[in-house]
Amino acid sequence: METATENITEKKTTAGETVVEIENLHISFGDNHVLTGANLKVTKGENVVVLGKSGSGKSVLIKCLVRLLDADEGKVIVLGEDVLSLKDEALNAIRKKIGFLFQSAALYDSMSVRENLEFPLRQIKKQTQEEKNKLVEEALKSVGLAEAIDLVPSELSGGMRKRVGLARTMILKPEIILYDEPTTGLDPITSKEISKLILEVQKEFKTTAIIITHDIECARITANRILVLKDGVFVAEGTYKELEKSEDKWVRSFFE
Amino acid sequence: MQKTFPIPPGLDDFFIEVAELTRFTGKFFRNVFLPPYEFSEILKQSFIIGYKSLSLVAVTGFIMGLVLTIQSRPTLARFGAESWLPGMVAISLIREIGPVITALICAGKVGSGIGAELASMKVTEQIDAMEVSGTNPFKFLVVTRILAAMLMIPLLVIFADAVGLFGSYIGVNIMGDVGIRLYFSQAFDSLDFADVLPAFIKTFFFGFAIATIACYKGYTCKKGTEGVGLAANSAVVVGSLCVFIIDLIAVQLASFFMK
Repeated sequence: METATENITEKKTTAGETVVEIENLHISFGDNHVLTGANLKVTKGENVVVLGKSGSGKSVLIKCLVRLLDADEGKVIVLGEDVLSLKDEALNAIRKKIGFLFQSAALYDSMSVRENLEFPLRQIKKQTQEEKNKLVEEALKSVGLAEAIDLVPSELSGGMRKRVGLARTMILKPEIILYDEPTTGLDPITSKEISKLILEVQKEFKTTAIIITHDIECARITANRILVLKDGVFVAEGTYKELEKSEDKWVRSFFE
Repeated sequence: MQKTFPIPPGLDDFFIEVAELTRFTGKFFRNVFLPPYEFSEILKQSFIIGYKSLSLVAVTGFIMGLVLTIQSRPTLARFGAESWLPGMVAISLIREIGPVITALICAGKVGSGIGAELASMKVTEQIDAMEVSGTNPFKFLVVTRILAAMLMIPLLVIFADAVGLFGSYIGVNIMGDVGIRLYFSQAFDSLDFADVLPAFIKTFFFGFAIATIACYKGYTCKKGTEGVGLAANSAVVVGSLCVFIIDLIAVQLASFFMK
């Protein structure tokens, strides 16, 4: 008999297909209504940037996609599965297809860079240690940090941490990557490097990405499409050039 | 008309905390028998909890034995019962002082360590990162630590008892001249099965309680970096309190079943 996990693993997406769909999403924390009916569609292969003020619910939105947070109301469909109603096993199968780069990179402090990257691979039983080593080395090479393999997170700079975090996110070859403020806390030069890296990842691995940011330079470099979140709903949508000339003064203020 | 009684402030929070801790403990029992078993992480945690506490436990155990002997001698001497000193110290150490003091040391060192580590992992989103990678962080972080503590704290207690008896031997010889064979034969002659077994069994529960509370406090930490300090602090306070409660229950049960 086919299990839900097997079902999910077998599904393949094709170009142009909707891979993420959010319908009427409501999330609140006590009396604080963070999302009040957000709707979003992301097609395979595109980089979607979500802009918004601090506390507008951008991070809450992507955390809901991997069910780190539960919604009060609405639908979240990722790779054809309703994430909010999945059981643990099926949810883990979907999570393996989604990479998540946290704002702080969330590297495991007690592990070396090598162990950090090996950690997601431990679920794949059939791999030999040699195969794992090769994957780790390749992932680190792709973010330009091959020499940092035996360092521990406390020995890395902010930019290096983000790169290692991205390598760890990439190691399971996810179809979708969620970036939570990838350039926050970095200097302009390193921010630009990280933004370009995000773009390279999209081109090389044909991934779909949702990038949460308020760094407008990062949005300019990485976005195929930008959505602006205000008061819990998306109020504007378009390319960088379109939104830069938006008639809405509030939307335009992001680009000034 | 139905009478309603207002719940005293803080009491509802206490019951909610107890309910959540119970649910957390239930989750441990659901996860402990399911694969993967994370043997290498259990081994790593056993090294941290056991081996890295050895020196502290050794010093404490030695001082316990030495001081207990020095303090007990005048009272026994008053009754002309100095020869009972090895037996009395052995019974006190093995039945009560060794397990409880070692557990309190571990509640401080191990409990605060686990509480602070997991809390800091929680606030820096490391636990979330494990979860989104499809790994079960509860199994990897909580189950392994509780099992390691249940394994290591009984061994640390045995070690502390042994070092404590040696400390007592030194204490006896400060004001007398007793051979090591005579001292230990007197000490062990005074012990029987009912002294050793309940004392040993309760140490598993000490380990379980210390690690479960520390993991719970760390894993459910909420208030950012401030919460890390709170988690470490309450892991020690609640863990130590639980050691005394378990000890009280264990003593009652032992005296009931092993008359």
